Amino acid sequence: MKDESTRRQFLGLAGGAAALGAVSLRPAAATPASMTTAIRAVVGEATVRTGKVKLEVPPLVENGNTVPMTVSVSNPMTPADHVVSIHVFNEKNPQPNMGNFYLGPHAGRAQVSTRIRLADSQKIVAIAKLSDGSFWSATTDVVVTLAACTDEVI
Amino acid sequence: MASALINVPKKARRGEIIEIKTLMSHVMETGYRHTAEGEVIPRDIITGFSCRYNGVEIFRADLFPAFSANPFITFFTVAQESGKFDFEWTGDKGFNDTASASIIVE
Repeated sequence: MKDESTRRQFLGLAGGAAALGAVSLRPAAATPASMTTAIRAVVGEATVRTGKVKLEVPPLVENGNTVPMTVSVSNPMTPADHVVSIHVFNEKNPQPNMGNFYLGPHAGRAQVSTRIRLADSQKIVAIAKLSDGSFWSATTDVVVTLAACTDEVI
Repeated sequence: MASALINVPKKARRGEIIEIKTLMSHVMETGYRHTAEGEVIPRDIITGFSCRYNGVEIFRADLFPAFSANPFITFFTVAQESGKFDFEWTGDKGFNDTASASIIVE
């Protein structure tokens, strides 16, 4: 019984992803396993759809130690329909998680900015959770010239 | 040692969406670097940030080593009432720092 439901969920998820052309969770995308696992830990079995989220990072970064990043979600911020949280992941830093941001209807605008470290040229994924339980994502590729000093000797 | 820079508008109209900018000085040592002797430099980062507006939490963030040194976070909120914003940062090695800013809503 348990096996069946898992299989059904998996098929539903795969079908949904194929139909909508979602990228983030499709195993075929060259997404390292750790990032997929980290995303799974946040979204669970839910389908992540592409859209609504805008992830702004410079396409070419000279210094990976401070990279400006802005994530915004085009969604109303009302008590009935709002962005609950924004999660950012990467595939080549030592850790797949970059940051989690928790908002609410009182935020007015679903947008956060910060500065991040990038250890390599890689793909960054931002996922937004809405109050109705749906997940939306955006993916950006970044080229880094000078990587953040993860293995620098000092 | 630690110090915070906060940028909140002094005045706002009721219902206006305002931007809040925060910066906390902190090394954000990742825990992935090592010395010439090969010893790992222990992780020392800020792991949590929160903002309360007149006592109610309006924004919270989990920070990871991927945050740059002196973490800079900006976000938005709706100006509802005159009052105070309280900011709090917590992190490794018992790091805890707070800051506040007031706003007049007309």
